[in-house]
Amino acid sequence: MTLDAIIKELGLKCKCCWEKLGNEINGGYAGDLLSDVMGNSKKGDVWVTRQVHLNIVAVASLKEHAGIIIVQGASPDKDTLEKAQKEGIPIIVSDLPEFELVGKIYHLMHHAQ
Amino acid sequence: MPSEEYLEGIYQIQGRDFVDAGIVSSEMKKKLKEKGIPESIIRKVAVVTFEAEVNIISYAEQGTIRYYVEPNSVTIEANDIGAGIEDLELAQQEGYSTADDSIREMGFGAGMGLANIKNHSDEFEISSVPHEGTYLRSTIYLNGK
Repeated sequence: MTLDAIIKELGLKCKCCWEKLGNEINGGYAGDLLSDVMGNSKKGDVWVTRQVHLNIVAVASLKEHAGIIIVQGASPDKDTLEKAQKEGIPIIVSDLPEFELVGKIYHLMHHAQ
Repeated sequence: MPSEEYLEGIYQIQGRDFVDAGIVSSEMKKKLKEKGIPESIIRKVAVVTFEAEVNIISYAEQGTIRYYVEPNSVTIEANDIGAGIEDLELAQQEGYSTADDSIREMGFGAGMGLANIKNHSDEFEISSVPHEGTYLRSTIYLNGK
């Protein structure tokens, strides 16, 4: 499944790196503690978080995530978007709470045909 | 496969400079990739370096991260002048943290940093003098144990 497909299915908004939305997603990880995400997420994951500051881009780039989805209607900081553009990490936003969004993505990835 | 040529580097890190957190790790990652180090090793090095970087930024005035690649291993050394660690055993327990709110608000300071470093290292050594600084060394074997 691609990021693009998730965006279309769930009506999410992409804030940067549109050119990378065709990236295949291998799995996902949800978390707001950066060390937790650093230690446990995997390459190709889509990372769902409530954090908005620019260090999320450093983590996603080091772990080679497919992209970041920011939940609960929060807006990424301006520096976050600038850094994401530079590093080529798509930033997507959703109005849904973390639990609901993760449930929907999980369902799409594992049950939708 | 890694070439026989020796590779090393050293980076300066400024305390409280959260904007630049991750720059050293990403620079190192690039160098190791160019050198042909296997991805599985680079992934471990990236976790160790990022956590060491964040520790220096969070708790020290300044520090350095040095790395060197030998035929069978990659070693990362972090040295800082700063708060130091009062109780090393406690600091290595997952969940224990002395981080203040400003650090926690950014999603750091969950008490997982040293545990992450340890879990991703094949050899790990740490020493510290409170109010002076901390030294940390992590070695990752290129061909497993």
